[in-house]
Amino acid sequence: MDKKKIHELKLKANTLRQDVITTLLAAGAGHTGGPLGMADVFSALYFHFVKHDPKKPHWDGRDRVVLSNGHICAILYCALAESGYLPKEELKTFRKINSRLQGHPNRSDLPGVETSAGSLGQGICVAVGMALAGKLDKKPHTVYALMGDGELNEGACWEAFLNAHKFKLDNLLVMVDRNDIQIDGFGHDVLPLDPLPDKFKAFGFDVFEGNGNDMEQVVKTTEKALKTKNGKPRVILWRTTMGKGVDFMENLPKWHGIPPTQEQADEALKQLRAQRTKLEAEKP
Amino acid sequence: MNASKTLHPALFDKPEKKATRDAFGEALLELGKQNPNVVALTADLGESVRTAAFEKAFPERFFEVGICEQFMMAAAAGLALEGKIPFATTFANFGSGRVYDHVRQSVCYNRANVKIAVTHAGLTLGEDGATHQMLEDLGMMRTLPHMTVVNPCDFIETRKATFAVATWKGPCYLRMGRSGVPMITTEQTPFEIGKSNVLLEGSDASIAACGVMVYPALVAAKELEEKHKISVEVVNHHTLKPFDAKQLVKSAKKCGALVTAEEHQRTSGLRAACAEVLSESLPTPIQYVAVEDSFGESGKPDQLLEKYGLTTASIVKKALAAVKMKK
Repeated sequence: MDKKKIHELKLKANTLRQDVITTLLAAGAGHTGGPLGMADVFSALYFHFVKHDPKKPHWDGRDRVVLSNGHICAILYCALAESGYLPKEELKTFRKINSRLQGHPNRSDLPGVETSAGSLGQGICVAVGMALAGKLDKKPHTVYALMGDGELNEGACWEAFLNAHKFKLDNLLVMVDRNDIQIDGFGHDVLPLDPLPDKFKAFGFDVFEGNGNDMEQVVKTTEKALKTKNGKPRVILWRTTMGKGVDFMENLPKWHGIPPTQEQADEALKQLRAQRTKLEAEKP
Repeated sequence: MNASKTLHPALFDKPEKKATRDAFGEALLELGKQNPNVVALTADLGESVRTAAFEKAFPERFFEVGICEQFMMAAAAGLALEGKIPFATTFANFGSGRVYDHVRQSVCYNRANVKIAVTHAGLTLGEDGATHQMLEDLGMMRTLPHMTVVNPCDFIETRKATFAVATWKGPCYLRMGRSGVPMITTEQTPFEIGKSNVLLEGSDASIAACGVMVYPALVAAKELEEKHKISVEVVNHHTLKPFDAKQLVKSAKKCGALVTAEEHQRTSGLRAACAEVLSESLPTPIQYVAVEDSFGESGKPDQLLEKYGLTTASIVKKALAAVKMKK
């Protein structure tokens, strides 16, 4: 990929981060850290890799992006809004009464949401079901299943992985947000997952790893994973920093499930705007 | 009493017994031939839930997922969201309690067109005992928004119900048993989801029954008429949701007393559905025949029905009590 495109994707990620902050501020409740950590991956997916058409959200040829850890939906909504699925203004209704932007996403409410998700370990099963249908109908699209690493505590995920392997779902690309943080603290304290790459390998996956906050790596690793089709499901373990881009939020478990105050949002936006100014100066 | 061509001719004369799950297996195979979008999943119980014939005929449309029921329900939702009509098959306890949250979020909240088809429901599962004798599923399932719940009474009705849920839009829970049950209905008996069937007409008391309790209800009605000179209506409420409130109220109005009969806990199932309707529309004396807030145990199906009071004798007793309450 050329440097110009990478630069564009970095700018988009910055836009998404700013939108996440304003969306969470308006909501007054919700999850801030996870969405910020996954902004680079969402930017690469929605503005480069994923085949989709915001004007025809149910277009049959689209790639399916299934968000399994529904609580980070602010980043999904911001990416969908930036893509044109909904007016950006609507982001202010997140978590409010009569909104299409539910606290955890609901498929029936908002085009672009492939499955309702919130209770963990289910979206991945839905994604595997979609990949089974894709295989059965010999359709060329990719099913992207986005998961949290804390979510991997749920046993049902591993039921899904066993079956993804059994049915040779090389149309499935799982992406795990490996930020090592969940509600009760650091993942390695709550319930250790390592050696996670070995676990996925043992479950029959082609395993890829990369820094999910480094756009060059996000693009390179995703390209590599998409090119790999060995009759096996694929997973990318994205090392990310929860709260990425806002220094006082980074890598702190408390930012898993709270919104910023006005003061914190102002400071966060100040930092993100400064990052943008710096980015814009780095002309590719 | 006016048994017609919609009731099996040998109804009261040692009728043939056939298992509802066998009807399901046959119907599923036919559905597979009719509609290429019909797919089936099972969780290591294919032989028991009678999906083997479908698997043999359509191996590419059959998914053996191993003992992964939670996965199966949400994966069925994924298949449904892609336009398939998936039948997710297992035993009643693994298809309801074990997977409740997956059914709630991935199937119902998604409005996914999944057909949960379960066998081995209730005490009549028999020897495997309480762990497998699901007695709470009707309640759990009918509480879920968008869910349709069907509990057919015999072989022929199960066949019709299988075809009906396949064409019905939205999530369905089709509850079947393990053992043979008497043939009650005929090919001519109407079957429509959400529309109860009056199997016998009467005027002194009405019995609302579903599933395996429909047969003892019919026998009880006969006994009540012959021995007690009480005219009893028997209504087969095969659909727990959407519930046919209209028919229930009609019968209650005509008879003035109701007995409910179900192979289920006394709360949350058919009795509850009837009480919910009548308490608002037409307060009516209700007696019930159901499991009294307990688990089952190992035994032969008939022994279990006897021990837990799911019998003709119980229905007769409760009908007499209901009639007495009228006065």
